[in-house]
Amino acid sequence: MVTNVTSFGRSGLYDWVVQRLTAVYLAVYFVGLLGFLVMTPELTFDAWRALFSATWMRIASLAALVAICAHAWVGLWTVTTDYLTTDLLGSKATVIRLAFQAACVIVMFIYLVWGIQILWGV
Amino acid sequence: MLVSLYRYNPEVDAKPRMQDYEVELPAGKDLMVLDVLELLKRQDPSIAYRRSCREGVCGSDGMNISGTNGLACITPVSAAVRGGKLVLRPLPGLPVIRDLVVDMTVFYKQFEKVQPFLINNIPAPAIERLQSPEDREKLDGLYECILCACCSTNCPSFWWNPEKFIGPAGLLQAYRFLADSRDTATDARLANLEDPFSVFRCRGIMNCVAVCPKGLNPTRAIGHIRSMLMQRAS
Repeated sequence: MVTNVTSFGRSGLYDWVVQRLTAVYLAVYFVGLLGFLVMTPELTFDAWRALFSATWMRIASLAALVAICAHAWVGLWTVTTDYLTTDLLGSKATVIRLAFQAACVIVMFIYLVWGIQILWGV
Repeated sequence: MLVSLYRYNPEVDAKPRMQDYEVELPAGKDLMVLDVLELLKRQDPSIAYRRSCREGVCGSDGMNISGTNGLACITPVSAAVRGGKLVLRPLPGLPVIRDLVVDMTVFYKQFEKVQPFLINNIPAPAIERLQSPEDREKLDGLYECILCACCSTNCPSFWWNPEKFIGPAGLLQAYRFLADSRDTATDARLANLEDPFSVFRCRGIMNCVAVCPKGLNPTRAIGHIRSMLMQRAS
């Protein structure tokens, strides 16, 4: 048993399930969005706005935004613990890794809040 | 034939180097890579490598042969030569003790972690613990591992986190005991594997399957462990 406090759910199984479920959801969401683009030959600002004004689309888009954040966190956390390690960077690795992880969290949070603003600003 | 050999003696050399040797091969015969090493050792007795059974059973002579991990004793020279040249390096990712001899301590430590022995808290019967032929069949493809470390040292996840990720060889053995009908410690074994590193560092790239000299499939075993963890926790 390896202890870790910075992973998403502190359980490898939980992180793995989250990453896979969010991947499936994001695939469905973006294929749906692509479907809309293909089915709407004359894509006007009004058509695009109407789509994103609908409550169901806001729910779906907010879910996609949250899914991207969770998915990205699990992925980037994995990358940081693979490549920003004491074996590869020496004694400063922990500081560098935590700083990079914190930067990731801040950027994700900004994107989340900003995304909500955009969705509800339509 | 030209053989390029990884040479490193930490007591003398500042850093490792590749040394070229010219070896006269007997005509009309396809030697194994280990035979070539034996010929080389006659030329230069300072060359160090591990070997024992010379028939792919003991797992001592795992090494990187022209870029691919394998057992020197069962890899024919004809299959390993690239452009008239044979390149021999130690297994990647482990500390080198000397030449082709690597320090396998961390590999064995991961093997120990999975408790690779039968745990059964029911008092032993007078003769033996029986198992149906069907249950015994579930262990095929798991018990044959010879711990040569070709798979684990071919796995990037093991290179990056050798202290935390158990690695394909250890996980194959973990599943060998999870799948055993006579083992009663399944729950405790699974609890030890749930963290983000032990099993879940596997990204399923199947490098382990590609090099296993015994043709085993650790990736499949890891998939079974994931399913068992999922069943236990949902």
